[in-house]
Amino acid sequence: MPKANVICRCEEIEIDEIREWIARGYDTFDELKRELRVGMGPCQGRGCRDIILREIAKATGQPVAEIAPGTMRPPVKPIKISLLAEDFREGEHR
Amino acid sequence: MTDFPKTADIVIIGGGGVGTATAYYLAKSGRKNVVLLEKNTVCSGSTGRCGAGIRAQWGLELNCRMALACLDTFEHLDEELGLPTGLNQGGYLLVAYKEKEWAQFQKNVELQHSLGIMSEAFTDVKRAQEICPGVAVDDAIGFTFYQRDGHADPFLTTFAFQEAAKRYGAKFCKFTEVIGLKAKDGGMTVETNRGSIDCKEVINCAGSWAQDVAAMAGVKLPNWAERHQILITEPVDPGVCPPMLMSFSGNYYIQQRPHGSIIAGESPSSDIRLGYTSNVNSIASIARTVLKLLPRAKNIRVVRQWAGHYDMTPDSAPILGETDVKHFWHATGFSGHGFMLAPVAGQIMTALLNGDKPPFDPTIMDYRRFERGERIVEPNVV
Ligand SMILES: Cc1cc2nc3c(=O)[nH]c(=O)nc-3n(C[C@H](O)[C@H](O)[C@H](O)COP(=O)(O)OP(=O)(O)OC[C@H]3O[C@@H](n4cnc5c(N)ncnc54)[C@H](O)[C@@H]3O)c2cc1C
Ligand code: FES
Repeated sequence: MPKANVICRCEEIEIDEIREWIARGYDTFDELKRELRVGMGPCQGRGCRDIILREIAKATGQPVAEIAPGTMRPPVKPIKISLLAEDFREGEHR
Repeated sequence: MTDFPKTADIVIIGGGGVGTATAYYLAKSGRKNVVLLEKNTVCSGSTGRCGAGIRAQWGLELNCRMALACLDTFEHLDEELGLPTGLNQGGYLLVAYKEKEWAQFQKNVELQHSLGIMSEAFTDVKRAQEICPGVAVDDAIGFTFYQRDGHADPFLTTFAFQEAAKRYGAKFCKFTEVIGLKAKDGGMTVETNRGSIDCKEVINCAGSWAQDVAAMAGVKLPNWAERHQILITEPVDPGVCPPMLMSFSGNYYIQQRPHGSIIAGESPSSDIRLGYTSNVNSIASIARTVLKLLPRAKNIRVVRQWAGHYDMTPDSAPILGETDVKHFWHATGFSGHGFMLAPVAGQIMTALLNGDKPPFDPTIMDYRRFERGERIVEPNVV
């Protein structure tokens, strides 16, 4: 079945799935991320975060600005394994 | 947010794999009024940061038996819980680079076979490459493999336990931090940032914070948190690393998720208790290892890195059972393998609290073993 209302393009998650899990009590960005992978795609949530935060705001009655946007993790831009490997410094702690 | 309960039968502290599995099995066994308290959100601790590998290839009989029971459980868990757990049985391919390690592996396999874990030991690199195409392990001297091993999705698994526990009546309170514990007649009082709860039993499932929670009741645990870092790539076509590729002496583990991303990690060089900050040298080191083992992964891009805690004990084995404080129980200290053992931990705790015979005798996992100078010695651990 083709997905109609895709909110998170990287992970192909629809608005209905997001609303369903919010209704089950998963009303933080981090919880939705863990269950549905929204925000975990190559764009790291640039494409979907705002819409999802608005959905959470609607469901919980909190202002959007007060909803925690979830953790942003390095590297911010995807880097090739071979390039990253060059950064290794022998003897420095890991 | 859920209404805050004033009383409970059983309070579980910590919403990781261990706490949610324990809540599920207790509620399923008919215990009413099971309440789980989580200071952040469910799966925000080690469980949500882990490699989520599951293996029956251990070197100690108890660990083999417990892990095998977990595999049996995981194989039916989707059905039982009514939600997917993302189980993927691509096997664990363990790589030995040292003679002593290889000798130990062969002993382990003998033990595993005697327990019905039909693992395979071999030295042929070609066989390794059948399991993991293109893997560069010419410098290795031996391998073991067990097809039923693999990994599951830690988030899906934990949430599946949570949802199923809720269906049996368990309550979950997030953003609820336990800040004090008081023993009282016939139970305990649990103080939180949202008020206190009077209950009959308390189970400490606080993972790498368990020692802090234990201290609130005057119980001293020798546990500590050890930072481990891990990276994940963009999703790529399957077949890059079908098994969990792992080596103790080589210090790595690499796997590809069903979703396509590759996860890789290593043990840290030094510095424990470093919190969640990530460091570039660690991630570069992991990338270098991946590049060496899987040269064709060179153009795959890393999208994230993160850190999590191993919930360590002095012998890297868990602590299960009641403490010197009556009604105060522990299921903690899983030392880097608590995801896979969570189902069995939940089953053991449920039997103990119900006064039933547990599926495994947890006596040797008593925390007082450290004072007595005893250790549980597992050879197949990082
Ligand atoms: C990088 C990495 C890789 C790993 N790989 C594997 C693997 O491949 N296989 C495997 O089996 N294991 C693995 N582990 C280990 C595994 O993650 C842990 O052993 C397991 O998740 C422990 O589960 P837990 O439920 O005990 O702890 P956690 O998941 O840490 O849960 C404890 C919870 O307690 C909460 N808490 C703490 N204090 C309080 C308080 N005062 N009040 C309320 N709540 C509180 C925390 O917020 C946390 O959510 C790995 C760990 C890391 C870090
Ligand atoms: S659109 Fe959701 S992660 Fe990219």
